[in-house]
Amino acid sequence: MTTDLGFWTLQALNALQLSMLLFLLSVGLTVIFGLMHFVNLAHGALYALGAYFAASFAAIWGYWAAFLLAPVAVAGVGVLLYSGFIQRMRKSGPMAQVLVTFGLIFVLLDLTRIVWGDLPLAIEVPAMLGGRLAFLGVEYPTYRLFIIVLGLVVLAGLAFVLGRTQIGAMIRAGVDNDEMAACLGINVERLFFCVFCVGCALAGLAGAVAAPLLSVSPDMGLQILIPTLIVIVIGGLGSLKGAVAGSLIYGFVQTFGAVLAPQLSSVLIYALLAAVLVIKPVGLFPAKG
Amino acid sequence: MKTTTLAAIGLATTIATTATAEDIKIGLLLPYSGVYAALGNEIDAGFALGLEQFGGETDATFEIVREDTEVKPPVALGKAKKLILQENVDVIAGIVSSGVLGAIRDMVHGAGVPLIVANAGNDEATGADCSPFITRMSFSNGQVNRPMGTWMYEQGVRKVYTLAPDYAAGRQMIEAFEATFTAAGGEIVGQDFTPFQKTQDFGPYLTQAKSSGADAVYVFYAGGEAISFVKQYDSFGLKAELPLYGSGFLTSSLYVNAQGPAAEGVIAASHYVPTIENDANAVFVDGFTAKIGRAPSEFAVQGYDAARALIEATKAGATDRASLATALRQVTFDGPRGTLSIDPATNNIVQPIYTYETVASADGLTQKILAQLPSEADPANGCVMDPVSN
Repeated sequence: MTTDLGFWTLQALNALQLSMLLFLLSVGLTVIFGLMHFVNLAHGALYALGAYFAASFAAIWGYWAAFLLAPVAVAGVGVLLYSGFIQRMRKSGPMAQVLVTFGLIFVLLDLTRIVWGDLPLAIEVPAMLGGRLAFLGVEYPTYRLFIIVLGLVVLAGLAFVLGRTQIGAMIRAGVDNDEMAACLGINVERLFFCVFCVGCALAGLAGAVAAPLLSVSPDMGLQILIPTLIVIVIGGLGSLKGAVAGSLIYGFVQTFGAVLAPQLSSVLIYALLAAVLVIKPVGLFPAKG
Repeated sequence: MKTTTLAAIGLATTIATTATAEDIKIGLLLPYSGVYAALGNEIDAGFALGLEQFGGETDATFEIVREDTEVKPPVALGKAKKLILQENVDVIAGIVSSGVLGAIRDMVHGAGVPLIVANAGNDEATGADCSPFITRMSFSNGQVNRPMGTWMYEQGVRKVYTLAPDYAAGRQMIEAFEATFTAAGGEIVGQDFTPFQKTQDFGPYLTQAKSSGADAVYVFYAGGEAISFVKQYDSFGLKAELPLYGSGFLTSSLYVNAQGPAAEGVIAASHYVPTIENDANAVFVDGFTAKIGRAPSEFAVQGYDAARALIEATKAGATDRASLATALRQVTFDGPRGTLSIDPATNNIVQPIYTYETVASADGLTQKILAQLPSEADPANGCVMDPVSN
């Protein structure tokens, strides 16, 4: 084990970068759940779709177009899912919802295989974000810093919208008590629809951002689903604060677990999950007190 | 239910009676879906090409029945049963995952059906679990990595950090490398096994490797993990100060283009790269490129040579399960990989290993062969088998 400060700075950055990627994914899922009481297990598949769309768009128009268009395309898929399944499933109870969205994972997975093939794809990091930046005595890949900054920007944007705007107040009211909110004249269904689309777009954005870092393979959605669920269970369902806390906890436990106790690293996060479920079953920062 | 069973039995008997001595029925058992679907399709393409190019050399005719393992051992076991009992195949070929191989091993061994393994590299399959009916035309995990330990020491590398996914193949690959590298006098200064198929971000491990004081890093990763790993290794700027070495799958020609410039300069050991210079490989690469539109990978050659081995066995006069199994153990030929033979002590392939560097060329990334390391038969590893008897 090293006592070099740079080593720990780098690992902290690694942890933060993983946290921000998970945050982009989990915030959409958690708000959809909090607001709509809807368990969308296909969220991971939307992330994979985002990465595939990004790979295709990047091949034609370059990375930045992919970065902007992939979330839009995934939101479009979200609209289809919403009008095709989710609207009808709203009142059918969590078990049916879990089964349908679980089935959707495999449908979307096979669709990506049919459309894009079995071989993993990849996108190059855009030239502007290639290379490394030196600061705090370490050199860190610029693209990873970009992910951290992007996560923070999205976080700030969501915090502002949810906390300081009328639409945010409406969403919070909907999460708190959707029947009362409807009585007050809020069109809760339309609100749900918008939130669902934004959640899907964020999943697409996470996919587009992850694509140059990882490889784009059909099963990437399945791989990310469990960490995302762990984040929202630890953080507490439905709250922005919970998604942030859960992501940070996951990122740091995973990263430093791998460094300090490599033998335990894959167990550690599950142990933490179990502990949270025993001590505070609603998560650390649930939306409802 | 009853009628379908009867029909199945009826079908099986008709096939059994109508099959002439020279009609060989092949069960191709590969993953056509699931995480290894790309490998399954690659092996299938190689196998079909092998039958096409060499089929004329024998009087036997071949019929292929394809079954999808879905990379799930229980599914594969069911499909193997179907091939053996219902389809009444003479030989089974394929198998990508070692888990699947372990699941069907007793079934094919008990039924006495020859199995030509076209990928699964588990050392045990031609070690403690070996069978006179199971012949491996691909590689064993140890075989690919063992020569690399000595070779890297000869290249002046003294301290190495190793990384691999935490499952049987990852551990076997690294252990084989470690054994020869430390025997030569090298030192392993650190080692990590990353959670298999759960690790997307290698950042923490790379930072660890960087601060370990190693001269080089030696890894085994394959498929999607290999792409992420090579790209992330490059993005941390480690390649210049800490050269990356690995088992050949790391920069396989199947996905090296997805890795892009990040793969340049990576040195790996493999039993096949498409740039091997010999006549057999030229024929293979031309045939494959004409059909598929890109150069073949090591997985394609495994399928191609599996088909070739089967043809060689029929040329030696084999016609049924028992005679095919015996003939397959004695197969030897010059293929794209060089001179291949089967070690009758373990039924594992004996083949040269190539070390190669991934370099940029006018038409994308290509493999520059640095050295051809001599063929070595694997140690018996607890394999006890009757010698070949004709």
